[in-house]
Amino acid sequence: MKTKDNQGPLWEVFTQKKQGQPFRHSGSVHAYDKTLAIEAARDLFTRRNEGTGLWVVKSEFIIDVQPEEADSFFEPAKDKIYRHPTFYDMPDGVKNM
Amino acid sequence: MKKNTEQLELEFQEKIDNEIKIEPKDWMPDAYRKNLIRQISQHAHSEVIGMQPEGNWITRAPSLRAKKILLAKIQDEGGHGLYLYSAAETLGVSRDTFLQWLHQGKAKYSSIFNYPTLNWADMGAIGWLVDGAAIVNQVSLQKTSYGPYSRAMVRICKEESFHQRQGYEIMTKMARGTKEQKQMAQDALNRFWWPALMMFGPHDSDSAHSSQSLKWKIKRESNDTLRQRFIDKTVPQAELIGLTVPDPDLELQPNGSYKTGEINWDEFWNVVKGNGPCNKQRLAHHKKAHDEGRWVREACLAFAEH
Amino acid sequence: MKNKLFKYTLRLGDNALILGHRLSENCSKGPYLEEDISITNTALDLLGQAEAFYKYAAQVEDAGRTEDDLAYKRPENEFYNLQLTEQPNGNFAHIQVRQFFIDAFNYYLFSQLKESKDPTLAAIAAKSLKEVTYHLRRSSEWMIRLGKGTPESNQKTQQALEDLWQFTHEMFVADEVDETLLKEGIAADLHKLKEHWDAKVNEILEQANLQRPEDGYHATGSKKGYHTEYLGYILAEMQYLPRAYPDAKW
Repeated sequence: MKTKDNQGPLWEVFTQKKQGQPFRHSGSVHAYDKTLAIEAARDLFTRRNEGTGLWVVKSEFIIDVQPEEADSFFEPAKDKIYRHPTFYDMPDGVKNM
Repeated sequence: MKKNTEQLELEFQEKIDNEIKIEPKDWMPDAYRKNLIRQISQHAHSEVIGMQPEGNWITRAPSLRAKKILLAKIQDEGGHGLYLYSAAETLGVSRDTFLQWLHQGKAKYSSIFNYPTLNWADMGAIGWLVDGAAIVNQVSLQKTSYGPYSRAMVRICKEESFHQRQGYEIMTKMARGTKEQKQMAQDALNRFWWPALMMFGPHDSDSAHSSQSLKWKIKRESNDTLRQRFIDKTVPQAELIGLTVPDPDLELQPNGSYKTGEINWDEFWNVVKGNGPCNKQRLAHHKKAHDEGRWVREACLAFAEH
Repeated sequence: MKNKLFKYTLRLGDNALILGHRLSENCSKGPYLEEDISITNTALDLLGQAEAFYKYAAQVEDAGRTEDDLAYKRPENEFYNLQLTEQPNGNFAHIQVRQFFIDAFNYYLFSQLKESKDPTLAAIAAKSLKEVTYHLRRSSEWMIRLGKGTPESNQKTQQALEDLWQFTHEMFVADEVDETLLKEGIAADLHKLKEHWDAKVNEILEQANLQRPEDGYHATGSKKGYHTEYLGYILAEMQYLPRAYPDAKW
């Protein structure tokens, strides 16, 4: 189904809503180069005052976990319940803990 | 170790049943993928083609405020098209291919945009009725089973919320304005009411893709359920501003729901098949802009390769 | 004085409105979707600027007119926008060249006006300058891409420069409104502005492999209300509803 794409490569867009907050994935844009990419990202994803910071990265540079690897990546963390504060028994009445 | 298709399909349906979203690289049945590609791209094309009927009045918007709002709204439609194309692209088809399918007539878009906008109140009717109908559908689609589609819908719903209100505001001003304005408002409602009801698609019993889509949770509610929800919300809004819904059979039932007359399905299928008032015009407009933009895109590609 | 300030402010509003209107015509006709959305942001900025300038002009005039009256009820010969702003969209190169010329002009204009002794003009200019800085960035980038892209894009952009060059001259023609208000520390100095504009245009055209056109015929007259034939049609369309239904409220 692949044809020659003349919309340029795909870029992933991350916006930061307020300074100090994390950057979040907003979506993607097509752009031919990095200047056009950051401008398209600004014009599309911050037009409702949603941003004080903006990142774009070419989609091809995103590394992700393949579904068949997901179990080995994520399952082993499931039984480490002692990493969570609710795991521990606390005496009744203790404060500021 | 390799699982057979039957097993994969079972696991897939189990995920769907447990409301676990499907992500682009997860295994999915071919028919699920095809169904999504069809639905999301159709949705994207609708947003983009939908820029035209309202675009028809940008240069004639009667106040600075109205001009800004209308332009911002049409721009939003373009943005929504873009979110949806991106969601559809995660299924392995490029945006260029989608555009090609649109231009070749292989892909459809919502028939509502094949109706002309003939007076300023149509800008009200589109926001109020067309976006209103779209929102009913889209709110439901926020829970669709495919992750990228669901995320696009969440974003779109957030942004669409002003569209319906601005439409109803125009309609209210017109309905409460001069005699001519009131006539325009009623005329707009007369022309857009039935096509808006048609936006939800054929009756459940006649809908080719419906049952499988519901099982896979691509669609979350049936055409008729969504249509009825829209009718029940909208009729009182028309009455509030003194407009008459153009349906002599309209009747409030004891359960608070409205019974309507029958939709003209011949008209519906005719427009779907390409014989609506503006089908050719809308497609030609899009194709012309695309063709005239070719040298610009080529320049960008060449520049990027330097 | 009051009349001159009114006229000066009106011109600023007219430039923004007519160019914003031209760009709004192009919505849904862009070469690709991202660009369509981007240039609409420029159009929206310009319409916002027009509204701000008209509001202030109406206030200065103090004759009971609103910003909408100024936009929708004035005849062609009372519009004072630069003729460049009313030129038709043509192809994408025309749109971007027109934009680049005006963006560069607006950038230096508002840089000066934000220091104006008139506090309202200074405030509108300061706000607008942020918008225009981005517009200029975008249109400069387009000049470079179109100029350096393909032989076809270079040729089309060079042609657009040649077609529109005659309209750039009048941006810097000062009349007595400009001169009086300049002395008062209210208006921008068009001589200085031209120096900056020339330098910017030369810099970007050089980067873009494009030639600065030769000076020839100069179009002029907009400050007196004389226009090209295009403005009449813009207004006929834009003002149609308020004029056809004068009693209606929209």
